Amino acid sequence: MARSDVQLMLDVKAGDEQSFTLLLHRYRTPLVNFLYRMVRSREQAEDLAQEVFLRVYKAREDYVPSAKFTTWLFRIATNLALNSVRDTRYQRMEISLDAPVTVGTEEGEEKTLDVAEKNPNIEQHLVEETRKKMIRHAIEKLPEKQRAAVLLHKYQELDYGEISKILQCSESALKSLLFRAYETLRVELAPLVAQHGK
Amino acid sequence: MSCSRMENRILGYVDGRLRESERLEVEKHLAGCAACRLRVNEFRAVSSLLDELPVIEPSPAFDLRVHARVAAVPVKQSWWTWFPAPRVALAAAVLALATVWVGTRPNNPPQIAQDDIPVLENLDVLSNFDVLTELPQPVQADDGGQTNPQM
Repeated sequence: MARSDVQLMLDVKAGDEQSFTLLLHRYRTPLVNFLYRMVRSREQAEDLAQEVFLRVYKAREDYVPSAKFTTWLFRIATNLALNSVRDTRYQRMEISLDAPVTVGTEEGEEKTLDVAEKNPNIEQHLVEETRKKMIRHAIEKLPEKQRAAVLLHKYQELDYGEISKILQCSESALKSLLFRAYETLRVELAPLVAQHGK
Repeated sequence: MSCSRMENRILGYVDGRLRESERLEVEKHLAGCAACRLRVNEFRAVSSLLDELPVIEPSPAFDLRVHARVAAVPVKQSWWTWFPAPRVALAAAVLALATVWVGTRPNNPPQIAQDDIPVLENLDVLSNFDVLTELPQPVQADDGGQTNPQM
């Protein structure tokens, strides 16, 4: 039977390095994805995820299982992400809104849409990529705290209690935050929402 | 239930996270409110669209980088680590005790028995007593080292 997160962390505290590796394998992908969607840069997301694991390791001797491990883990990650986003906000503002529409892949490689696509399969692929890009942009445009709430709720499937502890707000405030975020997404993604309803 | 109260429950309803009593209350409201029904459908569409984003995998070097950073963390030394190993500590303690014992021991001169004191008082006389020189010298015995104390 797989050991729980808390048990693994207690084993790390007792000096078992292998348990740390197991935690790393269990949470590296969710963390990198969460951070990638928060900071919009894969390289930066990986740097921050490494920092999260480093902080977990450094704090091992003082670890007390008073809350769920994921709450602690994503609280560290969220704080790092929010700080990083605030630090780079002005750099982001330099990105021109008039930049040509591009089709991006998740790895950050982008192709411009003006490449003539005669093959229907490629055209379909471009349509799908454009759709994904719209969704990513809609998430990116959310205020940081709303974005974090949506990502933790939708992709990490954390419950309201956990997310409210991570974001340090009440459950009621969190529900309101999520409602406003979904309202914004509903407007931003209106063309896709309308297609979805058909 | 009013539409404004729906705000805090609509997402929970879409995700199926409401308690049974709350769910029934929401459904009762939805049955009579077209605007909230539309919003529920649109939130469902948004939730479904969010599912379309692919999951990315960390780069192959990710684990190595984490382990390298962890390995560079300096080891915390508690104050206990400043103490030497038990055997060394015991040896040091014994040595310290021995030093203290030797240092505090009274430095008395050699004791002289009371019976010897009269003899010593006459030592000068005895050492120059000529009669003693006239006594015959002891003779070495032929039988292998035995002396004759009577002579």
